[in-house]
Amino acid sequence: MAFATVKLLEAAGCTVEVPEKQTCCGQPAYNSGDKSTTADIARQTIEAFDGYEYVVGPSGSCIGMLHYYPDVFDEDDPWKARAENLKSRAFEITQFLTDIVDFDKINAAFEGTITYHDSCSGLRQLGVKEQPRKLLSKVANLTLNEMEEAETCCGFGGTFCVKYPDISNRMVSNKTQYISDSGASTLVGGDLGCLLNMAGKLKREGKTIEARHIVEILADMTDTPAIGEADYDLAKAL
Amino acid sequence: MSKAEILSNIRHGLGRGSATAEQKKAAMKRIQAHKATIIPKRSQLDQAGQIKLFREMASGAAAELIDIHHLSQLPAAVSEWLKKHDFSTLVSASDECLNELDWAALGDIQREQRIAQSGDVASLTTSMAGIAETGTLMLYSRPESPTTLNFLPDCHLVLLKESDIVGSYEDAWNQLRRKHPDSMPRTVNMITGPSRSADIGQKLQMGAHGPCVLVIFVLKDV
Amino acid sequence: MQIKSPQFKENARIALKNVELQEALSQFKYGFPVNRANAIKRLPEFEELRDEARDLKNHIIQNLDIYLEQFESKVVENGGHVHWCRTGDDANQAILDICKQVNAKTVTKGKSMVSEEINLNDYLEKNGVQPIETDLGEYILQLRDDHPSHIIAPAIHLNVDDVSETFHEHHKRPKTGDPQALMKEAREVLRKQFVSADVGITGANFLVAETGSTIIVTNEGNGDLTQTLPKTHIVITSIEKVVPTLEDMSLFLRLLARSATGQEFTVYNTLSTGPKRDTDQDGPENFHVVLVDNGRSEMVGSEFQDMLRCIRCSSCMNHCPVYGAVGGHSYGWVYPGPMGSVLTPKMIGIDKAAHLPNASTSCGKCEEVCPVRIPLPKLMRHWREKEFEKHLTPKAVRFGIAGWAFFAKRPAIYRWLARSSAWFMSSIAGKKGRIKKLPLAGGWTDWRDMPAPQGKTFMDQWKAKQKAGE
Repeated sequence: MAFATVKLLEAAGCTVEVPEKQTCCGQPAYNSGDKSTTADIARQTIEAFDGYEYVVGPSGSCIGMLHYYPDVFDEDDPWKARAENLKSRAFEITQFLTDIVDFDKINAAFEGTITYHDSCSGLRQLGVKEQPRKLLSKVANLTLNEMEEAETCCGFGGTFCVKYPDISNRMVSNKTQYISDSGASTLVGGDLGCLLNMAGKLKREGKTIEARHIVEILADMTDTPAIGEADYDLAKAL
Repeated sequence: MSKAEILSNIRHGLGRGSATAEQKKAAMKRIQAHKATIIPKRSQLDQAGQIKLFREMASGAAAELIDIHHLSQLPAAVSEWLKKHDFSTLVSASDECLNELDWAALGDIQREQRIAQSGDVASLTTSMAGIAETGTLMLYSRPESPTTLNFLPDCHLVLLKESDIVGSYEDAWNQLRRKHPDSMPRTVNMITGPSRSADIGQKLQMGAHGPCVLVIFVLKDV
Repeated sequence: MQIKSPQFKENARIALKNVELQEALSQFKYGFPVNRANAIKRLPEFEELRDEARDLKNHIIQNLDIYLEQFESKVVENGGHVHWCRTGDDANQAILDICKQVNAKTVTKGKSMVSEEINLNDYLEKNGVQPIETDLGEYILQLRDDHPSHIIAPAIHLNVDDVSETFHEHHKRPKTGDPQALMKEAREVLRKQFVSADVGITGANFLVAETGSTIIVTNEGNGDLTQTLPKTHIVITSIEKVVPTLEDMSLFLRLLARSATGQEFTVYNTLSTGPKRDTDQDGPENFHVVLVDNGRSEMVGSEFQDMLRCIRCSSCMNHCPVYGAVGGHSYGWVYPGPMGSVLTPKMIGIDKAAHLPNASTSCGKCEEVCPVRIPLPKLMRHWREKEFEKHLTPKAVRFGIAGWAFFAKRPAIYRWLARSSAWFMSSIAGKKGRIKKLPLAGGWTDWRDMPAPQGKTFMDQWKAKQKAGE
């Protein structure tokens, strides 16, 4: 998935680097109300991405977290301006490809019918809605069947799904129902968290619908196993 | 005691003491300006457009519209409607424009001018304005038009002159201020269709506590 | 009502297994939200109106003391009375005093969430005054000794059969599955109460400073009968509901019905200004406005100030997937859904309401549909911050965050950890790549598989690739 992102960015003429100093965006701390840890991680992330023209990620929720950084610092904190600066450079991948570099040389084919889940952070925080659909429309042979309530939360919500598993299950069950009602054989989305959640539920329900991140399809890298479908000899190999 | 504490809390939160004379003046000025915010374009039409819109919106809100071409036709139109529904009584407002009419057309139907009581089947009132924006009637309380007439009877019959149809709520407030420059009447009613509720099994039913039927006799005086 | 918010998880578990409730909730999402979407399509200015409403509410809060005092002086000028009440107890006492003054035995009530907030019905009953709810939904709930599960559709959790049973028991008439017949039955029964009540209590959606008017917005007309027929009209309301002018009120009315039920306009929008005039033939002789604070004034200037913009339309809960899953009673107090998850901790204490702001995926749908643009997810997060500061966050979560943060702040160890967990998860996944039971994440694996990571971490692979390319 990450390699697919790199492939797309390189195809769009970008030079890609992956700074070693980055870890997690800090969302778990932010959502748990731990302000000081969030600020620590924000500072570390801001430094890690210093000097880059753009920061692009295959996740609306992680990039969305970067967009929250300015809220983490007080008005008079010098980090606030740096956070604002990072925010102005940080983009979700489909948004970056469509809105920033106007990339239209998608060279990919996908045999089958997909349905697209709009992840909450990407959709409502960053405004990612048309961009993935525009890019997917350029993939040869691909058919998109919209599901009912494509914009409704899948029930993942980071720690929510572990803290309130029963409610989360109700939400993801609605989702998998809509996914299978759409008639699609592949579920596509832009956030791994949501995809893991829905893929896990689809599997548990015994449904054969695959889940894939949008970049895998756009980069024509769907020869790898879908999420949760790998043949896991790797565990032994490691 | 409570008042002082509440106000003090608010002021503390706002980071100030009592409002200055200037702040109070600014607020009063804002009130007196009666400045409208955004008025939807849909209601900014010529008179014919507003009348058409009122009709559409009122029908959409399940009001029944009956046209009359002259005020003198009102008694016959009311009579016809009441007879069609087998009603033999009518309780009515006593506005001059209603009192001037010849009510002989009612025949056996008993017409009384009084406040409404439980058990009344139909009432007749006038209306101050029709608001095109949402097909809303504006009525207000006064000696000739007690508020119970608008709510207690099963059916509410209302006279509306097309010449009283305005575009927006703001237009209606201005009209009300012209009629009542000093203070508001005790009650101002904005009525859009008959009473309804979906509280039983999420199924929308007409006629909860207010009138089950709202009939607007539209006088085509434009 | 009894506070059951601390048992949120248990409440939710029961609600999820309640077949009838789930049926009602699945029906519910095709009602208000769909109607709202259609109403908005017909009003191109809707988004602009929302901006305007947000700004106007902010202006009002900045001048709240001025507008409230102006409102009071107008009410008094018109012959009415204003009672300022710091707490729910103050408000209950003020209302009981008025009832005693007029020797009231029975009180009819229009729908009022503030009265639920202060437990008014219980208080009146204990003191010999019989309150009768007249909103159809509230009436059903009162007969059942139940409480609203939604702020504008209080009996949303009940179906036609439930109502039929209840009416049969109390009205002693034959059962019927016809909602129209049931409504007619309630209409007939309540008519007698309307006429004979000594006092009518209604809420208010807005208070107009310009005129000293209170306004109620209802579809049934019960509020109008409640406030017109008895000799005394008491309005119970809260301090944030004041608006400067009739024009300002009109802005909120344009948003309210569309955001709430998806109607173009609510059937009855009724303004009350003072008691009846000397020459009027009907209307109340006494007019009282009970202004309740109950924690609101403390929200001014706090991180929760934006919540004071709320106009109680219910759009947030109508669109909330969590509310849609568990219904309103699970929240365990008066205000359910996202707005409740912000207000309830303020009113009953974050220690008791700790679950509410946490039981959200922060999906942002509530903020998207809020007519006054309240950043509800952000406000819920502020409560989480308060919990964290007060050490109310559950130990497991706290330690989890601390442990994770230790690594997240140390990039080299973080990568090692990522590598190790990928290996660990792959090793327990077996050949199918699916984990049926993951230690410490039972919440996940009780209901779904955990797709295992596919081999080496990206960071390792990326570095290897970079090296090979050199």
